[in-house]
Amino acid sequence: MTVYIIRRVLQLIPVLLGVSILVFSLMHLTPGNPAQLMAGESAPPDTIEQIEESLGLNDPLPVQYWDYISGVVQGDLGTSMRYNTPVADEVWPKFKVTLELSIYSTILSIFMGLLAGIISAVRQYSISDITIMIIALFGLSMPNFWLGLMLIQWFAVNLGWFPPTGWEGPSSIVLPVISLGTAGAAIIARMTRSSMLDVISQDYIRTARAKGVKKRVIIYKHALKNALIPVVTVAGLQFGALLAGAVLTESVFAINGMGRLLVDSIIQRDFPVVQACILIIAVVFVVVNLIVDISYKFLNKRIDLND
Amino acid sequence: MSQETILEVNDLRTSFFVEGNEVKAVDGVTFDVPKGKTLGIVGESGSGKSISALSILQLIDSPGKIVGGEINFKGDNLLKYNDNQMRKIRGNQISMIFQEPMTSLNPVYTVGQQLREALKIHRGLGKEAGTEKAVELLELVGIPSPRSRVTQYPFELSGGMRQRVMIAMALACDPELLVADEPTTALDVTIQAQILELLKELQDEFDMSIIMITHDLGVVAETCDYVAVMYCGKVVEYADVNTLFKNPRHPYTVGLLNSLPRSDVDQEELEPIHGTVPAPHEMPVGCRFAPRCPFATDLCHEKLPDLEDIGDEEQVRCWIYTDEWDGDPEVKVYEPEARTTKDQ
Repeated sequence: MTVYIIRRVLQLIPVLLGVSILVFSLMHLTPGNPAQLMAGESAPPDTIEQIEESLGLNDPLPVQYWDYISGVVQGDLGTSMRYNTPVADEVWPKFKVTLELSIYSTILSIFMGLLAGIISAVRQYSISDITIMIIALFGLSMPNFWLGLMLIQWFAVNLGWFPPTGWEGPSSIVLPVISLGTAGAAIIARMTRSSMLDVISQDYIRTARAKGVKKRVIIYKHALKNALIPVVTVAGLQFGALLAGAVLTESVFAINGMGRLLVDSIIQRDFPVVQACILIIAVVFVVVNLIVDISYKFLNKRIDLND
Repeated sequence: MSQETILEVNDLRTSFFVEGNEVKAVDGVTFDVPKGKTLGIVGESGSGKSISALSILQLIDSPGKIVGGEINFKGDNLLKYNDNQMRKIRGNQISMIFQEPMTSLNPVYTVGQQLREALKIHRGLGKEAGTEKAVELLELVGIPSPRSRVTQYPFELSGGMRQRVMIAMALACDPELLVADEPTTALDVTIQAQILELLKELQDEFDMSIIMITHDLGVVAETCDYVAVMYCGKVVEYADVNTLFKNPRHPYTVGLLNSLPRSDVDQEELEPIHGTVPAPHEMPVGCRFAPRCPFATDLCHEKLPDLEDIGDEEQVRCWIYTDEWDGDPEVKVYEPEARTTKDQ
């Protein structure tokens, strides 16, 4: 087990290097001169040269990459071109907000999705199954920003139960989390249902029944653990997608998160901030996938992704 | 000497309801299992033998349903039991082993965890006591180095080993009746013989009764004391194993025996039963075997015979053995000599 985890972690190194190279090239592949941008349209050429010099833009690319990557490793993500402040100070608080939003939404998705999927599978073709699957279809087809707007209209404006915007205090997180987590819950519910149905018809479930095991134990112990692998995979991908895709929800609820920061920075051509955001999202994505891989091994000892 | 019976199945009916149609998989099956003995249930695929076995433990899944009959276990009708009472029987007084050892064990739990489960449910054994008992059981079924096996997962064991684990699981709570649904079909011949041998030893050791479901007459000859031959959801013949092999009565049983290679008589070639098993929705009104039977008369095609006693512990469902028989009164259903070559 430990060997498996260590090997999986070591395998991340080339992936992360690749990510960092791609992120680094971003600055050099996009049109426009950053120094020109910083100095303004009408800046004299020697000012621009000065800025280029101070940013190290005249060094050979490998040297620039080395400077960049050694900075990143030490937590120095560069300096924001817009505010002239360290990028880390700019990004971290917003990353924290988006991370919280994504984590809560994923937890909601997993919880609701598993529950609904199990009920659906156990009572296949019953009224509850059909109802759940119809709701799931709606949840899947509704764009999350539209759902967000509807939630604000009903629960914040009409009923006044929750604040319409912001990210302060427990009551403000309810609506954004619902609007962001619903689609994931729907996907997980459908995934759990089909996976559980597949497992329930397996021979070992009959063996468990022949032993006199209670139905509840059969479902939650014998069947669920087998059915969980595809569900975990989807949940992991879902989390990564939420992190990068929360921008619409953040805009609807006026949450100052990384999604908005990223979009603003792209518009403003604040490259160091863009780089930092992409790097963070990529790293989180990779780490989440690592966690998913490790959880496979916990669910089924036979799985060995090192082979 | 009258034998004590542990299980009496009377007129058991199990049907599957598909798109409004009733398919009678088990259609009035009756047999007894004497205590400490082995009853073989033989028949082709689709004869209803496995469904009969699953019905005993009420493990029939929707759209299947037991629609009638009695299953008396030590005098109590199990069909009157509710789900809770039934659970206390399963894996405790009656256990079952299945055809597919490769898929019958849960792949994500260790052998030990799966063995401990029944011990915990029915005997209240905790983890340590359960593990000790699990090791003991694995040793009993002849698994080498049992102590290290309890922490292994099913995928680390071979098919034969897994079937041994299944048997160990079934024996965990000293059942009085073991239902073995084709326990050796998926195993290769040498392992088959070992597993059958093991079951026999365990039966003697624990005075356990066994229902052996199989399509293999070789297995029947080796392990069973009594045999019920099933065809299309009905028992067509019931006899003790020697009588069945020496003097089979029902033309279907005779057909089965004739299609087997034998070492005690010379055979030019094997004789198959002609025709095929009728589809469930086009069952003949008369005897189900009539369309394939070389002796069938109009009576056979029109009326279904009953399962009649024709001797001590011998029953057959065939018009030939009744007073109503309208065919050749001298008919000889079984003539082993006819298949022998004379020039030896």
